[in-house]
Amino acid sequence: MRAATLLEARDLVRRYVMRRGLLGRSVPVTAVAGLSLTLHRGRTLGLVGESGCGKSTTGRMVLGLEMPDAGSVAFEGRPMPPPGTAAWRALRARMQMVFQDPLGALDRRMTVAAQVAEPLDIHGVGGAAERADRVEALLRNVGLRPDQGARYPHELSGGQRQRVVLARALATSPAMLVCDEPISALDVSIQAQVMNLLVELQAEHGMALLFISHDLRAVRQVSERVAVMYLGTIVEEGEPDALLRDARHPYTQALVSAIPHPGRSDGRIVLQGDPPNPAARPSGCPFHPRCPVAVARCAQEAPVLRDHPGGRRVACHLADPAAFAEAA
Amino acid sequence: MSDAVLPAVTAAPPRRRTRVPVAVAIGLGWIALMLAVALLADVISPYAYTALDLRNRLSAPVGIGGSWAHGLGTDELGRDVLSRLFHSIRMSLLIAFGATIIGAAFGTGMGFLAAHFRGWVEQAVLALVDFSASLPFLILALAVLAFFGNSLTLFVVLLGFHAWERYARIARGLAISAGAQGYAAAVRQLGARPLRVYWRHILPNIASTLIISMTLAFPEIILLESGLSFLGLGVQPPATSLGNMVGYGREYLTRAPWILLAPAFTIILTTLAISIVGDWLRDRLDPTLR
Repeated sequence: MRAATLLEARDLVRRYVMRRGLLGRSVPVTAVAGLSLTLHRGRTLGLVGESGCGKSTTGRMVLGLEMPDAGSVAFEGRPMPPPGTAAWRALRARMQMVFQDPLGALDRRMTVAAQVAEPLDIHGVGGAAERADRVEALLRNVGLRPDQGARYPHELSGGQRQRVVLARALATSPAMLVCDEPISALDVSIQAQVMNLLVELQAEHGMALLFISHDLRAVRQVSERVAVMYLGTIVEEGEPDALLRDARHPYTQALVSAIPHPGRSDGRIVLQGDPPNPAARPSGCPFHPRCPVAVARCAQEAPVLRDHPGGRRVACHLADPAAFAEAA
Repeated sequence: MSDAVLPAVTAAPPRRRTRVPVAVAIGLGWIALMLAVALLADVISPYAYTALDLRNRLSAPVGIGGSWAHGLGTDELGRDVLSRLFHSIRMSLLIAFGATIIGAAFGTGMGFLAAHFRGWVEQAVLALVDFSASLPFLILALAVLAFFGNSLTLFVVLLGFHAWERYARIARGLAISAGAQGYAAAVRQLGARPLRVYWRHILPNIASTLIISMTLAFPEIILLESGLSFLGLGVQPPATSLGNMVGYGREYLTRAPWILLAPAFTIILTTLAISIVGDWLRDRLDPTLR
């Protein structure tokens, strides 16, 4: 059952320096604060959290586009080479990214086919005729007609553009795909199509997915495991259905209760307090100022991510693994 | 059986072809004419541009009392204005095209270097840009020409450095904004080398802005060449250029205005044609505006 580990990220930390105003002091912002995750071959890990919680930064570090300030990323057991080196460039063929804004991610002065062929050119895959065949196959694979390859990105619809981005990402048959909010710029009707396409493509090509989204339902649809992020750390991780049914971290509980259900209006947890500010991290548990059940200990001591029964991991002082074990 | 009735869905829809506006057609025609004149100056000139005809000094053009022997009249030494105009067009176009291309290539290259390496490289480029923008170009030109003497190659290169800082600023700004997000970042994470990112993606995307900048710089360089030639620093007699002709024709403005007017109108029409065509070209090169 356990699939082979493809990528392992350990205790990632990423800080940015933010300057307030023209002559203001620069303030360090901790976007990611000690985050670990593991991706298995052919599996999908969903990463959920509100905007500004460090999801995208995590995705970029996992891909090696940014160096973590502390911690390490290992892909297929080897450490990630620093960005811009030859080894790093060669590794790009094995891991790819799908962007939130497909129009922004495509060059509006190149035809779609030329852009899908670009990774093949870069990594020197096959001859000219082979590449043309491969581009045609890729376009068909993502549900586009080969003649649409002659179009420019602005001549396609939003869903079609995202298909082009997917085709380009799949060109070199990567082992890993990081999807950074791939559907949030699309219409609801198109979202479902792209999600289904993603699932189909994964079944066909067998790549691992890191699916980053703020939409817990979208993540649940594609993921084998879900990690919930809050202010640069993972607060809870587990299988999506179990997580939705029985959330153990108060933040996850609030997220789950915010999912609209027809015919159910009670039981919605509305979080109090300010949205989290990564420039002023609270002491102790990062969630304690907004937590409805916080105790004195939460303000002093940061909880660690502990293993719970059922493959769950929770970072909360109040979620006692033993208690759940008894209940289970 | 069934494949016989399949409609040909694979044919791409034909692109609409927009017609070339009249002003642009005229501009293109004028530029083509100028290029033809520049290339064929030796063949189509009725006289050598240095040939003197002392009997017919300051003869007027045809139509205002001149003869067909000198269609556009002659200057104070009896040199044929038409022949001199042809050779001036060749010289001025060579200088203006050469200098514009040198300036655009150097400036864009420096801008890309600054955008790519950031840090101290960027600071150095920006310091050079500010230095270049704040230094009066005439002083620089005087200094260089006084030190190294005058040769055509040096003159073209010197004029090329006239407006390079503009291209550098534009290229740096646009390359940074392209690299921070969007297509350039996407291609970089595909594993592309920086050269590919800049050459195949960023350059075509910012080309429209650079082309506009070039069409602005082109007339400026023609005028600058005229000014320097007028000061005796540019093209040296007996070689001739449009600015050179205007400069030396000034003394005869009241008695023989044709010496000055022929090259002056050529300058005006050529710069206007370049501006109009440049503007049209910018729109044509952008597939999103077709």
